[in-house]
Amino acid sequence: MNLHTLTAHALQELLLNRQVSPADIYRAVRGQIDLVEKKVGAFARLAPAPDFNGLADKPFPIPVALKDNLCISGQETTCASKILTGFRPPYDATVVRRLKEAGALIIGQANMDEFAFGSSTESSCYGPTKNPWDLTRVPGGSSGGAAAAVAAHETIWALGSDTGGSIRQPAAFCGIVGLKPTYGRVSRYGLIAFASSLDQIGPMTKDVTDAARLLKIIAGHDPLDATSVDLPVPDYTQSLRCEVKGMRVGIPREYFIAGLDPEVAEAVTAAIAVLKKQGAQIVDISLPHTPYAVATYYIVATAEASSNLGRYDGVRYGRRVRPPEIRQTPIIDMFEETRDQGFGEEAKRRIMLGTYALSAGYYDAYYLKGLKVRTLIKRDFDQAFQTVDAIVTPTAPTTAFKIGEKTADPLSMYLSDIYTISANLSGIPAISLPCGFSQAGLPIGLQIMAKPFAEETLFRVAFAYEQATGWHKRVCQI
Amino acid sequence: MITDQDVRYVAALSRIHLREEEVDRLRKNLEDILRYIEKLNQLDVSAVEPTNHVLPLKNVLRPDDARPSLTQEEALSIAVEKSQGAFKVPKVIE
Repeated sequence: MNLHTLTAHALQELLLNRQVSPADIYRAVRGQIDLVEKKVGAFARLAPAPDFNGLADKPFPIPVALKDNLCISGQETTCASKILTGFRPPYDATVVRRLKEAGALIIGQANMDEFAFGSSTESSCYGPTKNPWDLTRVPGGSSGGAAAAVAAHETIWALGSDTGGSIRQPAAFCGIVGLKPTYGRVSRYGLIAFASSLDQIGPMTKDVTDAARLLKIIAGHDPLDATSVDLPVPDYTQSLRCEVKGMRVGIPREYFIAGLDPEVAEAVTAAIAVLKKQGAQIVDISLPHTPYAVATYYIVATAEASSNLGRYDGVRYGRRVRPPEIRQTPIIDMFEETRDQGFGEEAKRRIMLGTYALSAGYYDAYYLKGLKVRTLIKRDFDQAFQTVDAIVTPTAPTTAFKIGEKTADPLSMYLSDIYTISANLSGIPAISLPCGFSQAGLPIGLQIMAKPFAEETLFRVAFAYEQATGWHKRVCQI
Repeated sequence: MITDQDVRYVAALSRIHLREEEVDRLRKNLEDILRYIEKLNQLDVSAVEPTNHVLPLKNVLRPDDARPSLTQEEALSIAVEKSQGAFKVPKVIE
């Protein structure tokens, strides 16, 4: 039996029936890593072997990969940045603590774009991760290592983080399921911050059932994150019923525009037809401020990032570099040299763009304006959800692009998040799941969005579609 | 629209020592992105309230009780350089 190719829920059943042990599963996954990791490069680093004692009554003693921006006590965690080299957090992120309590076996820390700045996992200080479906292509980003690890069966499931599409877009590119929960659904304590009003941690899994189960483990109120919301966490597995009859599903016309790859458009149109056949009512809707989402995002997200990354100054932890000569004063020279050598090109670009948008004389024209347009984008969704239960779109405008294709043109890279960014700006939950393959054999992702805290709606629609089609069962050959 | 001078000024605000060869490329990148962002000027937002974040939460407080926290030793275990129970930094004032 190829245990590493199974889902967490299938493995859980085998564990319950005592047909396999946690160590069997762990060994199978490590065996797969030995076989393919050299080609894929999904991990920033692998974890030390876990302790298999005391797992008997744990619900999920199953291997999990964690994006390298989730703090694990005592384990190096760097956000794939040279500036955090050697940083060993003295505490666990809340999601990590919850996973450990569920018996999770941490298999490794997944590669990512530096500080989650990117859509291709090419800006990592460890070098790029490759797409398991085509090793000459990117896995998407910024959670590209986590997506590739799940697709290549180098883990059973994974956690990523999503600030503008960083879970959903790589999930689409790698043919897996990725969920960005509602802002406030999952504690961000111990998630190394990128843009605090947009960041959210979420599951990256082989199917919708696993996404529901993993969300249940990590969701819920946490006094250590003042933006985590004190609402009960439903049993999401109750939503895994093939019942979309009578549901109103909105199709926003602004998402089907020039720049959308015809093969992606065709697959998404076919997916909408599947939902219609199952009894969903398809409604043409408008989200008129969609064309402004990317511009708004690159003001708001970079402004917040420039502030959040102010803490990396060489004073306390991570890396410290002093220039050989005195330029200003010893401490300012240390700040500036540490940040020049510690940050990669994209990090510098975003810090500087955000600093510019917040600087005296430009604050009103950029940052304040961005916050106001954010209101308009959120209002579009508030209005749409008065008439529909869910909104269905492509996850990304294209399938996975070639490694190096967009690195010289940052703006073209930013535009690959055009369909995912609005959910972060509005705080709503959104899921991506496989809905077909291109002629070249590359996965295509379907995005479903719902009202704040309506993850159950996402699971209902996604599960109905998944069970009707079975795209998630296709396995890549590496 | 953006000069090399502007790039150096923003780099200084960002506390990043840019090497000369980085200035030109960053100027071009920032110019491209800011030109794209200008499309927001098509919208009249004079009557729109800003959204700082999406949750209807205000003043989330907890009881002011002492709770377990990291010891000084644990906190300093990650220090780049330490001295006498504190993080040590290069000279601040000459």
